[in-house]
Amino acid sequence: MRILEGEGVRKYFGGLAALHNVNFNINQGEAVGLIGPNGAGKTTLFNLISGSLPATAGEIRYKGKKITGLKPYQICKKGVARTFQSAQLFAGLTVFENALAASLFGKKRAISVPDAEKEAKELLEFVGLSTVGAVLARDLPVANQKRLEVARALATKPELLLFDEVMAGLNPTEMAQAMELITKIRNKGITLFMIEHVMKAIMKVCDRIIVLHHGSKIAEGTPEEIATNRTVVEVYLGE
Amino acid sequence: MDIVRVVYKRPFTLGLLFLVLILLATIPLYVPPYPVISLTSVIMYIVITVGWAIFSGPTRYISLASAAFFGVGIYVSAILGQILPLPVLITFGGLVSFILALFIGLLTLRLKGMYFIIFTFGISELIRHFLLWWETNFMGTVGRWVVAVDHTTVYYIMLIISVIALLTTYLIRRSKFGLALRSIGENEEAATHIGINVTILKTITFAISAFFMGAAGAIMATRWTYIDPKIAFNPLFSFMPVLMAIFGGVGQLYGPVLGAALLAYLEELLITELPYYYMLLFGTILIIVILFLPSGLAGLIEKWRKRGSEGQYANTRR
Repeated sequence: MRILEGEGVRKYFGGLAALHNVNFNINQGEAVGLIGPNGAGKTTLFNLISGSLPATAGEIRYKGKKITGLKPYQICKKGVARTFQSAQLFAGLTVFENALAASLFGKKRAISVPDAEKEAKELLEFVGLSTVGAVLARDLPVANQKRLEVARALATKPELLLFDEVMAGLNPTEMAQAMELITKIRNKGITLFMIEHVMKAIMKVCDRIIVLHHGSKIAEGTPEEIATNRTVVEVYLGE
Repeated sequence: MDIVRVVYKRPFTLGLLFLVLILLATIPLYVPPYPVISLTSVIMYIVITVGWAIFSGPTRYISLASAAFFGVGIYVSAILGQILPLPVLITFGGLVSFILALFIGLLTLRLKGMYFIIFTFGISELIRHFLLWWETNFMGTVGRWVVAVDHTTVYYIMLIISVIALLTTYLIRRSKFGLALRSIGENEEAATHIGINVTILKTITFAISAFFMGAAGAIMATRWTYIDPKIAFNPLFSFMPVLMAIFGGVGQLYGPVLGAALLAYLEELLITELPYYYMLLFGTILIIVILFLPSGLAGLIEKWRKRGSEGQYANTRR
């Protein structure tokens, strides 16, 4: 079943075409990678899906229903959560409060405060932050800030998670841990759509990869296909 | 250990609050009128500041529209003072401000930072000049007389409003909406992405905060007996709550109360004792606080408290 579909998605910033007629679809339970050189329109596409930005034209459907035009909070409640390229945490709140807020407000149906607290605690444990619950989010090192963002996204009980470069800024050890976490999230049955520059990670985790270049989709396929695709290699390495 | 301390602390704080309330409630019985009237002004500032902090404290949207809401309350009182019984009049003054804030909120809460500050200030000024223009061109007279109410009643009503304002603040802070408001203040973009309907939440909270300012204005008008747009929409009522809240510290519930009480008392004192140095001293104190106490008096007190209770762990955190 298709969980997310995009049809003729366009986004113009003035005269600049950030996204030009992009079609894509993501099946339930899949992990799909989104790659492309800087400025290809990857984050813009995420912003359109999550409702941060309005699309200039085209339609994005979640579970067959149109979500273009909805507000970010409505899209979140439908079951789409995201993380940000540079962690956007509630810096002055504690780690626990960050997760709690998402748990309280992110779901379609309201949840009681004790239930939300329990859930927030479990999620902090899941991502490995249970010992720093009382620390202010701004005091966390980068790797843990990324984990907290993942925990906060998970707290909204998403069926589709958009990861915008969760690996950026991590060292090799932290990257391995992040890979482990991503596998654990996949095992929960959550569909993943992720932007990543770390090729090793994306090749390993994803079932399918979509390549954007100058706002257009130039290739799509399994990691093996993409790795040997001539156009993709040319775009990345130059002709 | 923790549980013991909490259980032990609660009745103490509650008892202290209760004692202060009884003291305040009985003051008019054994104190001459003048201090009671001064105290009413102090409590008025507490209401406006606490009201301001309900919205601007957690969300960090600095509103300069307080004078608009306060002034609207004053004008409601002036226009309807002869028709409505006092409690209805006060509530109505609050409600009109509430509705005005809903409109302003829907218009301006898309604005952020500096733009929001300037816009809210502009709204207050707009209403003031509009009323002035209206009165000079259509009424023939500027200003109005307000039905006077005796000073004890004014005092008690102001006290009741302040108690309700504090209770409301307390309940909002403890509820999940308090957490949502703080997340908006921390990172609004992220807040919308975790399912918080920020527009509705901000607008309603802004309106609740305006309600208390309107109610305070409605009762205050009956003490001043004569009002005109310059008195009612004095920009000072927009700036004072901001200064008082910053002075007291918005991180804690008691911060704005402390800030408003101290500065309002200082104002009363300086205006009568040292009228020429009043603004000078006032400004100096504010500069010192903003430079050296970024989280206000409450921040300082909390720091001391933490030092007292966590002394032995001082080196374990970071």
